[in-house]
Amino acid sequence: MDHLNSYLVLSAILFSLGLYTVVTRRNAVAILMGVELILNAANINFVAFSKFVTHNLDGHLMSVFIIMLAAAEAAVALAIVLNLYNDRGHINVDEANALKQ
Amino acid sequence: MADFIFWVIWALIVASAALVAFGNNLIHSVFALMGTFLGVAGIYIFLNADFLAVTQIVVYVGGILVLLVFGIMLTNQITTARISQSSVQKGLGLVVVLGVAAIILTAVLPHDWVGSTLPMAFTDTVSGIGKLLFTDYLILFEIASVLLLGALIGAATLARKEL
Amino acid sequence: MIKLALFILFLPLVSFAFQIFSFRRFEEKKGEWVSVGIQFVTLIMSLVMFGMMLSKSDPNFSLELHQSWLDLGLFKIDLGVYIDNITVIMLVVVATISSLVHLYSTAYMAGDVRYSRYFGFLGIFTFSMNGIVLANSLFMIYIFWELVGLSSYLLIGHWWEKDSAANAGKKAFITNRVGDIGMFTGMLIIATVLGTFNFQLIAERIHEGVWAANAGMLFGGIDPHKLLTIAGVLVFMGAVGKSAQFPLHVWLPDAMEGPTPVSALIHAATMVAAGVYLTVRIFPFLTADAMATIAFVGGFTAIYAATIAITQNDIKKVLAYSTVSQLGYMIMALGTGAYVAGFFHLVTHAMFKGALFLASGSVIHAMHHSLHKLHDHETDAQDMRNMGGLRTKMPITFGVFMVTTAAISGIPLFSGFLSKDAILAGTWAYAANVHDGWLAHLHLAWILPVFGFGAAAITAFYMFRLIFMTFYGEAKQPQIFKHIKESPKVMTIPLVVLAILSLFFVWTIPSVNPLSDHGWFTALIQAPESAVTTGAAFDLEHFTHGLHAAHIPAMVTSLLVAGLGILLAVLVYLLNKISAEKLAIKLGALYRGSFNKWYMDEFYINGIIRPFLKGCGAVGRFDLDFYDHYLINGWGRNTKRTSKGVGLADDLIVDGAVNFAGIIFQWLGWTLKFVQTGKIQNYLIFVLIGAALLYVVNVF
Repeated sequence: MDHLNSYLVLSAILFSLGLYTVVTRRNAVAILMGVELILNAANINFVAFSKFVTHNLDGHLMSVFIIMLAAAEAAVALAIVLNLYNDRGHINVDEANALKQ
Repeated sequence: MADFIFWVIWALIVASAALVAFGNNLIHSVFALMGTFLGVAGIYIFLNADFLAVTQIVVYVGGILVLLVFGIMLTNQITTARISQSSVQKGLGLVVVLGVAAIILTAVLPHDWVGSTLPMAFTDTVSGIGKLLFTDYLILFEIASVLLLGALIGAATLARKEL
Repeated sequence: MIKLALFILFLPLVSFAFQIFSFRRFEEKKGEWVSVGIQFVTLIMSLVMFGMMLSKSDPNFSLELHQSWLDLGLFKIDLGVYIDNITVIMLVVVATISSLVHLYSTAYMAGDVRYSRYFGFLGIFTFSMNGIVLANSLFMIYIFWELVGLSSYLLIGHWWEKDSAANAGKKAFITNRVGDIGMFTGMLIIATVLGTFNFQLIAERIHEGVWAANAGMLFGGIDPHKLLTIAGVLVFMGAVGKSAQFPLHVWLPDAMEGPTPVSALIHAATMVAAGVYLTVRIFPFLTADAMATIAFVGGFTAIYAATIAITQNDIKKVLAYSTVSQLGYMIMALGTGAYVAGFFHLVTHAMFKGALFLASGSVIHAMHHSLHKLHDHETDAQDMRNMGGLRTKMPITFGVFMVTTAAISGIPLFSGFLSKDAILAGTWAYAANVHDGWLAHLHLAWILPVFGFGAAAITAFYMFRLIFMTFYGEAKQPQIFKHIKESPKVMTIPLVVLAILSLFFVWTIPSVNPLSDHGWFTALIQAPESAVTTGAAFDLEHFTHGLHAAHIPAMVTSLLVAGLGILLAVLVYLLNKISAEKLAIKLGALYRGSFNKWYMDEFYINGIIRPFLKGCGAVGRFDLDFYDHYLINGWGRNTKRTSKGVGLADDLIVDGAVNFAGIIFQWLGWTLKFVQTGKIQNYLIFVLIGAALLYVVNVF
């Protein structure tokens, strides 16, 4: 618990699991959860470095802003998801492939 | 004792995050995600970040998680008790993500970040964060407030029936 | 004084802008009073200038203000105003007639469809006329020259619904163009040799010998004196067009299609006098030969137009030809060197001819009203054969007509006598003084006084014929006669003012001798010294002596011939001792010639316009049949054939290569399209793989 690497490893694992969620899930809400995991991984890194390396509160502030950003992002993303659902009757991301032409 | 608790929390985070990533039931995933968020809050306490720990619980567990549950509930027929979810490109995804993880670990761990300094044990971060927010980070703070307002209006606009 | 002059110049433009840009709002209201007011303000201003001139009483007074307008290095054009006594007098004349015509028009044009437009155009005309008067250079005079042409065109065509009015406008414009080409060419010759358009500088430089030094070199060794003659005559061509001199006089009688006040202002008093004014301005650098040409053009016009006026029945046509004839007088006077007399006649003529036209307008106005009451739209309101006996019904108009007719006929006590007598004396002196050159052979120069006296006799005859036919005798159309009544005050007041200005003492104060033109006018206006130094230049001193000698015989003769003309008119038209019809039959061809204006219009149409159009047609056919068919279309056909061959090669070789490239890329695209799944998660995987690869490549 007093070693930086234990936090970094935790953060890397959390990041990878989030990434995996984002890449493989079909459900848009699930993907959103993956994004939250990734953001949490980043936050752990910031705060850990703040304690062990920089010794000031800048990392904390970054985390505050990230949390705020996550809240905003979740709100907007869910609004989009609702629209998508109204439009198509499902929220499967792999079927929302209008980009392909 | 503290060490033990730390590793328990550590394991809780990894396990619940794994459930989020690999679970078959979306509802289960959401509750596992709550576990992750709470665990992260615990980690913050070990890092002497009291303000962040509370914020984590209030915003993530109290706000975002509720939003996500709403999202799931609004986008699935409620009659289906078990809201299953499926995945795509599992194999490829796993390989790639493992590769990325390996790269991160090999890049980060060998480096000596700390050197000879001792870890800083903050006693009270709230007043410090408050001071910084209204001095060095004032502009960022203001921009963030505008961003939140924008997100609020944008979300409200997008969620309306007649877009 | 310059400031006053600039105000006088630009105020009418304000009136124009006001009328043109506000005509909708003021159509029903009293917008015309703005224009009338502005005109009277300019009249007051010009009278102030006139007073200043009288108090200075300096015959050599002059002022000049100029500003560089176009600077092309070696060649500069200055615009500016030049003021001397002539300018001031002209300004007063223009302002007087213009303001009276404005006033008159408020009644005459009442209820017209384009009422405010009419006043606007009067404004721009007055502006341009003032511009001509104030111009200090040929170039500036040319600008305003065209502007008066334009406003004349607009006003002649005021009632453009009538074909005749629209055509008359075009005719006036095009005929003037012929003269203006000559004028412009002359200007360019002068500017090329002397490098300036300024009147004063031209005279100065010619006097200093710049012309003699440069002309030959610039124009291929031509004799400088001849070139100056040519240039002078060319510039004078502008005056021929504008002042309706033979052979470009044909537009003026047609211009009577315009409203009568316009005829009075533009086609009698001011614009047509611009030609004379131009001749006055270029007078110092005319050579003797050029002056002789001018004199003969003017003299011939004087008698030629007078003979036509005898037989016309339209009241305005008679006055129109009379105007042409009187302008001929002025031009002749200037040509013979009677500078003061020519300009004097310009001024007096402006007054009495303006009055005559306005009075005839008053008659026509009355006729129109009468015809309107009878719902008669067939009878010609301007035909004198429908009038007669009007003197009891329209006493003021009749009185004005009598005074002004006496003036134009050259009866003592009236202004016309003074100026006309001076001109006739001038021609006499000129003829008596010519001793060498081609004019001396067969005493050719004596033709000029003959023309002059002949025209004087004829003028007296046809003017009194007009009076007798219109105002005396019995009413030829009793129905119409019954409804005739005198015109309103705003129309008769200008008439009376102009009639007063046609009395002799106005022009001779402080002297009151009705037989001599000595007075303020002759004191202020003096002939300039000729700048031409070579050849048989006009000798002022010699001429002045001759003028004195010729004064008495000329006066006696002119009184005699005028009396003769009046007597004949009395016999034929008042007492009916001689029947006009019988006389017409007896004179046969002469009568028909005069009645048909000596077939001048027919000559232009058959002799110039038709052959020209035929030539155009022939050229057009040549163009179409030969040039277009064989050369252009043939070229086209050959090009088409060649193109076919080239096109074939293009299809096979060039397009083949292009298509091949296209096919390759099509295949490539078809292959790669499977990567584009449209699924965002696939893309994310690719991004991650890419990032990992980059890291691996970088580190290892």
